[in-house]
Amino acid sequence: MSSADAAVAVRGGGAAVTPRVHSGALGRQLRSELRLAFGRRRNQILLVALGAIPLAIGIAVKLSPPGGRGGDGPQFLNRITDSGLFLVLTALFIMLNLFLPVVIGIVSADGIAGEAQAGTLRYLLTVPVRRGRLLFVKAFGLVTYALAAVGTIAMVAAIAGMALFGTGSFTLLGGQTVSTGEGLLRILAVAIYVWLSLFGLIAVGLLISVLTEVPIAAMAATLGFGVLSIVLDQIPQLHAIHPGLIDNYWQSFGTLIRVGPDFGQLGRYLLLQLVYVAVAGGLAWAKFSDADVTS
Amino acid sequence: MTAVAEEYAEAPASGETAPLVIATTGLTKRFRGGQVAVDHIDLAVPRGSVFGFLGPNGSGKTTTIRMLLGLIRPTEGSVTLLGEPIPERLPQVMPKVGALVEGPAFHPYLSGRANLVRIDRMDVTADPKTHDERISAALARVGLTAAEGKRFRQYSLGMKQRLGIAAALLQPRELLVLDEPTNGLDPQGTREVRHLVRDLSADGMTVLVSSHLLAEVEQVCSHVGIMSAGKLVRQGTLEELRGADSTMITVTTPATAAAVAALRDLGLKDADVSMHDEVRASLGALSPEEVTVALVKADVPVRGLVVTRPALEDLFVQLTGEGFDVVR
Repeated sequence: MSSADAAVAVRGGGAAVTPRVHSGALGRQLRSELRLAFGRRRNQILLVALGAIPLAIGIAVKLSPPGGRGGDGPQFLNRITDSGLFLVLTALFIMLNLFLPVVIGIVSADGIAGEAQAGTLRYLLTVPVRRGRLLFVKAFGLVTYALAAVGTIAMVAAIAGMALFGTGSFTLLGGQTVSTGEGLLRILAVAIYVWLSLFGLIAVGLLISVLTEVPIAAMAATLGFGVLSIVLDQIPQLHAIHPGLIDNYWQSFGTLIRVGPDFGQLGRYLLLQLVYVAVAGGLAWAKFSDADVTS
Repeated sequence: MTAVAEEYAEAPASGETAPLVIATTGLTKRFRGGQVAVDHIDLAVPRGSVFGFLGPNGSGKTTTIRMLLGLIRPTEGSVTLLGEPIPERLPQVMPKVGALVEGPAFHPYLSGRANLVRIDRMDVTADPKTHDERISAALARVGLTAAEGKRFRQYSLGMKQRLGIAAALLQPRELLVLDEPTNGLDPQGTREVRHLVRDLSADGMTVLVSSHLLAEVEQVCSHVGIMSAGKLVRQGTLEELRGADSTMITVTTPATAAAVAALRDLGLKDADVSMHDEVRASLGALSPEEVTVALVKADVPVRGLVVTRPALEDLFVQLTGEGFDVVR
């Protein structure tokens, strides 16, 4: 179509043809969402911050190596000097306790609440973007950003670890030493597990972003939900509810660096995330599909 | 063609021929808490009209518009847009409707053009092959080509408003809904919007323009609907609204008694002395010429004769109350 034809289209009027869906529309919507999420300065800064933390841990360990096995500090910390790849495990272990839930809270608040506060939600819906489709597109953006977050931590930690401590000998928890290649593969599996285990919190964040028009409230509520889970998980008297808490298996990726990983167990852990996704996602859809948009 | 595409293709063509572009019956919105924002209104917007949707702030205009566009679900009543039921057929109807609802809203950190790109990419009915041309044409249409690379947050109020209209013009439309398009604009900007509305209407689009300021839309409207406290108190063509009955004739004469008698003989029952040398009456269906002849025949010395059509403003104020009164 020439630009003259396009000008005619803009004038429009009675000649408007019945609109049809153009192929590849979903792909364009998803790419647009990614451009929005990753183009935002704040989200870029968050990724830089996420990358800086494992770097800081690595440097700290280099400057002051932990004394002997079984010392204090987070799991895997005292193994970093054996193999730099353990920096990845240490970093993910530490980040899961607070930093990653904070990031999920911040970006998931952008979901529906962010568009509502900007006023852009009403324009997306009058485009029209179907409400279910919009939720899906938002969920895709969040999940992709979470992948970038976990990926940034793992990548920076792996590179910094290998640079500072060398690949050394990657000793599995069973005592067997494996090649660097297999070590990297196992580290990759850990990162994927950590990413997948964040899906429940992402779904909860999206649900909360449907319930309010104020992103800061959505962020606080999502983060509050995550922190509450973490706190309850640390009270032994409440062990009866621990298996249902969203964070309960977040740090259970240790089996992936055992001699014989128990994939069935990890599958069951991820099933809990699936339940959270189904329940929170279902509620978000039920609420949003029929909600009055007054923002 | 995908299943969704077929669904669009199946859309009945009734919208093309329906005489009313917007029709509501008993449309009502009661918000939680019991407040009735819109109270059983029967809106009728004919194809090809420029419909001025008027009413003071808080009279229910925006809530009505949000129901028309499927953003809010009605408590009662129904909406038909381009001949199709809303909200059931929203995905099929809305591509033919451009909308500016309660002011423009875009991502502040994106440029004007990037914001339009975002909207067009999210539109499943937008042809990716004409993406760039359509965006450039829409920006040109509202005179924003030079400022397309500026961030939205740096735009003036008038530029923001125009970008909102550009977004509504990304696709060929049959209906344009502009909610308070002149809000916050200076007189120059208001005039530009008026010109644009006139142009779009000349191209065959039906336009619904809402405003709380009658004077801003009176010059471009062919039809008017007036809202007050959630009710549609009057709608019709401008002529119908002004009404023949309300045209007044004022005769200046020293012989007021004779003039009143002559006018009453003509059938102008409400003729009466309004000032010491003035007689006023509703003209009704009579022409001023007939009145003049009758007065001369009755030997009434006429110093002056004035025909006054009431300004729509007066009617508007009469129907909705003085501007600063908050009805509820």
